[in-house]
Amino acid sequence: MKSRSLTVMDQRGAYRPAPPPAWQPRTDPAPLLPDAEPYRVLGTEAARKAEPGLLRRLYAELVRGRRYNAQATALTKQGRLAVYPSSTGQEACQVAAALALEDRDWLFPSYRDTLAAIARGLDPVQALSLLRGDWHTGYDPREHRIAPLCTPLATQLPHAVGLAHAARLKGDDVVALAMVGDGGTSEGDFHEALNFAAVWQAPVVFLVQNNGFAISVPLAKQTAAPSLAHKAVGYGMPGRLVDGNDAVALHEVLTDAVRHARAGGGPTLVEAVTYRIDAHTNADDATRYRHDEEVEAWRRHDPIALVERELTERGLLDEDAVREARENAEAMAADLRARMNQEPRLDPMDLFAHVYAEPTSQLHEQAAQLRAELAAEAPDIPDIADTPDTAGTTPDIADTTLKGTGR
Amino acid sequence: MTTVAAKPAAVAAKPATMAQALGRALHDAMAEDPAVHVMGEDVGTLGGVFRVTDGLAREFGDDRCTDTPLAEAGILGTAVGMAMYGLRPVVEMQFDAFAYPAFEQLVSHVARMRNRTKGRMPLPLTVRVPYGGGIGGVEHHSDSSEAYYMATPGIHVVTPATVADAYGLLRESIASDDPVVFLEPKRLYWSKADWNPEHPLAVEPIGRAVVRRPGRSATLITYGPSVPVCLEAAEAARAEGWDLEVVDLRSLVPFDDETVCASVRRTGRAVVVHESGGFGGPGGEIAARVTERCFHHLEAPVLRVTGFDIPYPPPMLERHHLPGVDRVLDAVARLQWEAES
Repeated sequence: MKSRSLTVMDQRGAYRPAPPPAWQPRTDPAPLLPDAEPYRVLGTEAARKAEPGLLRRLYAELVRGRRYNAQATALTKQGRLAVYPSSTGQEACQVAAALALEDRDWLFPSYRDTLAAIARGLDPVQALSLLRGDWHTGYDPREHRIAPLCTPLATQLPHAVGLAHAARLKGDDVVALAMVGDGGTSEGDFHEALNFAAVWQAPVVFLVQNNGFAISVPLAKQTAAPSLAHKAVGYGMPGRLVDGNDAVALHEVLTDAVRHARAGGGPTLVEAVTYRIDAHTNADDATRYRHDEEVEAWRRHDPIALVERELTERGLLDEDAVREARENAEAMAADLRARMNQEPRLDPMDLFAHVYAEPTSQLHEQAAQLRAELAAEAPDIPDIADTPDTAGTTPDIADTTLKGTGR
Repeated sequence: MTTVAAKPAAVAAKPATMAQALGRALHDAMAEDPAVHVMGEDVGTLGGVFRVTDGLAREFGDDRCTDTPLAEAGILGTAVGMAMYGLRPVVEMQFDAFAYPAFEQLVSHVARMRNRTKGRMPLPLTVRVPYGGGIGGVEHHSDSSEAYYMATPGIHVVTPATVADAYGLLRESIASDDPVVFLEPKRLYWSKADWNPEHPLAVEPIGRAVVRRPGRSATLITYGPSVPVCLEAAEAARAEGWDLEVVDLRSLVPFDDETVCASVRRTGRAVVVHESGGFGGPGGEIAARVTERCFHHLEAPVLRVTGFDIPYPPPMLERHHLPGVDRVLDAVARLQWEAES
């Protein structure tokens, strides 16, 4: 905003004098309220209007996603992943989040959201770097418009708000979609991110995957809110409550929210009601805090089965299509398995190369120490780069694509 | 890089405060680079509680100098996202102790983003934090929080002690492609020096200490608010026959081992002076580094003059806590001079 001709007191958001009795609700809360029941499409009349192409795409992605979760979990048992937080049962959330975004938009995933990143096009091996442990972020966030997988809960949400705000200041119609779990909604950063987003009317969509548990703690111990979607109203943004296993409903709600944000309508909070079929991670034992009957009940509300039933009832899914989806998923799993079974290339000197643009004298000394230790084990270890951290230059503000590595 | 005057003009040097020099640095950085955005609590209409950002919103608009909601984690967290998109945010934390809610963002994200992404996504952002005591502030307004920041790899920790350095170091910090915690000594905000804002001094890159006062007897290693204390102590020490050298670190991270150790090797004695508590404070690290590197040049153990290891005291008692000239001179007197005679 150009305000050189204005005084400070004329600026947007500046104090406005008002007579004492003039108080009134500044925003009518009614349009912001979520539905009483989670929004559903599959299994209702509205499902008949779903595009066959979209249904087939969702089906293929969900099948692939389920296979990916199984393969990643298997890799933990083979010692190829340090840990894996599975999104089995939550594939509809993962896939719909990815498909709702345009190429120029940004995804802000948490550690459980590798599938969303993969559905957006990221190589699974790169997505799994964090969980394999060969580095923290195995991909270029700017190349893929996918922020690093975030482990500290909800701390990526203000990043999404800031990025979306910056894009809007630059005049780019970029939307950020940030993913968080039900436990994450208790964090202060969740509150601050939603507040900033609403005040700034930033083009952000917050997707809460309410999978019922924060490790072992059920939602009832997490919040007393009517629903997590209701939290939106307090910030002055719409809250939407959706069946998180209904890929078509989620795709519609998220696509609407993204379109709304892109058009300047501000942020939306979407609560997807779903269920974490597996334990928190492979290292967790879910039988200590929940009953199998509950898990089985949710298995009967399976996101893949819901889409499959709709496709079958409309005669859109023949045996060939089913086989093709499974074969594609198997091919992905086989490729992932093969590549994860190769030892990653590790360079211990990377430990010092990317701490600062130029390593400090202290880091040079410590790198020399490690190099000497390594030389005792094996020769030919390269030196820490004496040149600046060239991969890490800042993109020029005029670079609207932000695809390059920098100026 | 070196800073360059915005436009040459025949303006004579005149007294300016550190707060004015900081404001001028923000102004010039914003004028030079449209990516630079100032954000924080009360930085817009009011111009900041210390008036450092006075006039910036008027000149650049409130999208470039933004009054944010009152939430420090949110301020720094959104600044991270802005930097991810190519902006160069300069965040103001209103007071040292009010910066703590942003600590997780700083430690878990700001400090690690370059490393986490193997250098693909550095975060060029500056966090300005007014710090230290001596202004009669009530509880939570006088902390020396530098040790927390120093213990966090991935951020630079910079603190000016002079009007000229306030300008030069802040320009360098904003221009840096690494995140910088820029600690502003509150009680020096109103310190004055003859300074020509039309010809701001070019400074060396972040990470170079400077000898503020050359001397031969012993080295006082200090920074920020304690620099004037040490200079005063050095003047007073002349009466005792000591010619003290004063090294102003200017940057705690990166730490300038070279300048510090060169000084100590010349003088053979060293005292580290800071307001922050001694236990776990910067002085312990500095004393260890000096001892490890200069052991055979030392005539006495490296001593520390610091604040006490107590929560920051109420204003009517803070003078007992803050290291003053007498406490510095007492330490100098304990540097085993008798061995020389």
